[in-house]
Amino acid sequence: MGLKDRIAAVEANYGRLRALGRDPSRLEFQNVWSPTEATLEGRPMMLFGTNNYLGLTFDPNVLEAATAATRALGSGTTGSRIANGSYGGHKALEAEIARFYAKQHCIVFSTGYVANIGMITALGGKDDVLLIDADSHASIYDGCKMADAETIRFRHNSPEDLAKKLRRLEGHPGDKIIIVEGIYSMLGDTAPLAEFAAVKREAGDNVYLMVDEAHSLGVLGESGRGQCQAAHVEDDCDFIVGTFSKSVGTIGGYCVSNVEGFDWIRSFCRPYMFTASMTPGTVSTARAAFRRMAERPELRAKLWSNSAALFRGLGDLGFETGPEVSPVVAVKLPAPEVAVALWNRLIDEGVYTNIAIPPATPNALSLLRVSVSAAHSEAQIERALGVFASVGAELGIIEPGTARGERFQVITGGAAAKEAGRTRTAQQGSANAAATR
Amino acid sequence: MGMTTADEIEARILDLLSAKVKSETAVTRETNIVADTGLDSVSVMDFVLELEDEFDINIPLDRIAEVKTVADLAKAVQDLGKTS
Repeated sequence: MGLKDRIAAVEANYGRLRALGRDPSRLEFQNVWSPTEATLEGRPMMLFGTNNYLGLTFDPNVLEAATAATRALGSGTTGSRIANGSYGGHKALEAEIARFYAKQHCIVFSTGYVANIGMITALGGKDDVLLIDADSHASIYDGCKMADAETIRFRHNSPEDLAKKLRRLEGHPGDKIIIVEGIYSMLGDTAPLAEFAAVKREAGDNVYLMVDEAHSLGVLGESGRGQCQAAHVEDDCDFIVGTFSKSVGTIGGYCVSNVEGFDWIRSFCRPYMFTASMTPGTVSTARAAFRRMAERPELRAKLWSNSAALFRGLGDLGFETGPEVSPVVAVKLPAPEVAVALWNRLIDEGVYTNIAIPPATPNALSLLRVSVSAAHSEAQIERALGVFASVGAELGIIEPGTARGERFQVITGGAAAKEAGRTRTAQQGSANAAATR
Repeated sequence: MGMTTADEIEARILDLLSAKVKSETAVTRETNIVADTGLDSVSVMDFVLELEDEFDINIPLDRIAEVKTVADLAKAVQDLGKTS
């Protein structure tokens, strides 16, 4: 299929949905003025579709560090670390992340996507086998496609299916690399890591576990290291990969490990070798954000109380949500058209979320991905729930004024009224909610 | 597994695939699994999970990429069964 055919196929697939409203891939925020507020179509918008879990993108210390480093060292490195050398900041960032995880080694990559394709191509050599969770992120699939190893896919969050597949590989001489994620980005569910770690241990030597903590860094675990820490299996997680583009609030990625000789990966990992290194500004942003994460554990507590409020609120309204309380709350919808309609109406009313429809979703689900930040105020969450209530009823997705809906009103109505009008978006949001209720 | 013939494998795949496909046209050994069934790429990969259980084999993703028709898939399943 040539380029023209591919474009025609995409136009045919998405044209119908696009005709129903906005194009999600072409939205433009004219301004962003806080972790949770932006201007879209000239109107204020509450952001419930980011990965800004700790809300650090406007932290004054982080901004100061980024600005100072850019002034001192320039806007970019203009080359890769292998060819053009590392800056002190790259090495310091690696040392700090290794210390944060209490692991011996860390390699920093230019993005989270590059961290995954880099590590997977480095680990999956010609006679090795990569075993990946069926719901893995595109960067994991792409890494597997680039790697010389074979890739076998096991059922999502199923240690049993993984064990079955490993049993079929008994006697296979190559390394087996199991790849799972801490939190899955679409449904917000966590991996049963203790069970996966047990399967890995039973499978014997040359079996490794790699965990992508992209959405769980700063979110899960006693000190925010992620699901490996929360499940108490950090020693079993041979390679922990993550990104700076979510809780850390900038761009870049990393892998930490205790595997001996890990540092030599730099010399045969092509996605590390042949791309420009992180800029002084992004390096300093990441370093400052890791410091803030450690200094302000209350951000993680706030994130979870906000997550519980949104998850329970949406469930109480009658929306079908993902399987567990999480900073990523999936609202499951019966068809792509319904998801498109809800997504558009929410934006009309000042609430921005993410839309995901097949084939980008597991099990052909159509859903809105609603994400929470520690920076959300209780009032913002209540206003968003109010808009969900009115728009959901208007579109016939939930029943208006059901007992569950009324209970929600009783729980949240008072605080919402008290806090309304505090910010620009508060006035906008509460006015809309009142008008449509 | 070693006793399963190519015809038996093909018949079983046709049964399982027919149950998945909603279109009215019958699924045959010449059916192109992606172009003719209305299944998207993820659904095809999920169908492969069922085949792995059915035939007690692992089917690597690069083998699926080479498959076009049901007959191709049956051949891949048979080959993988022999080596495992």
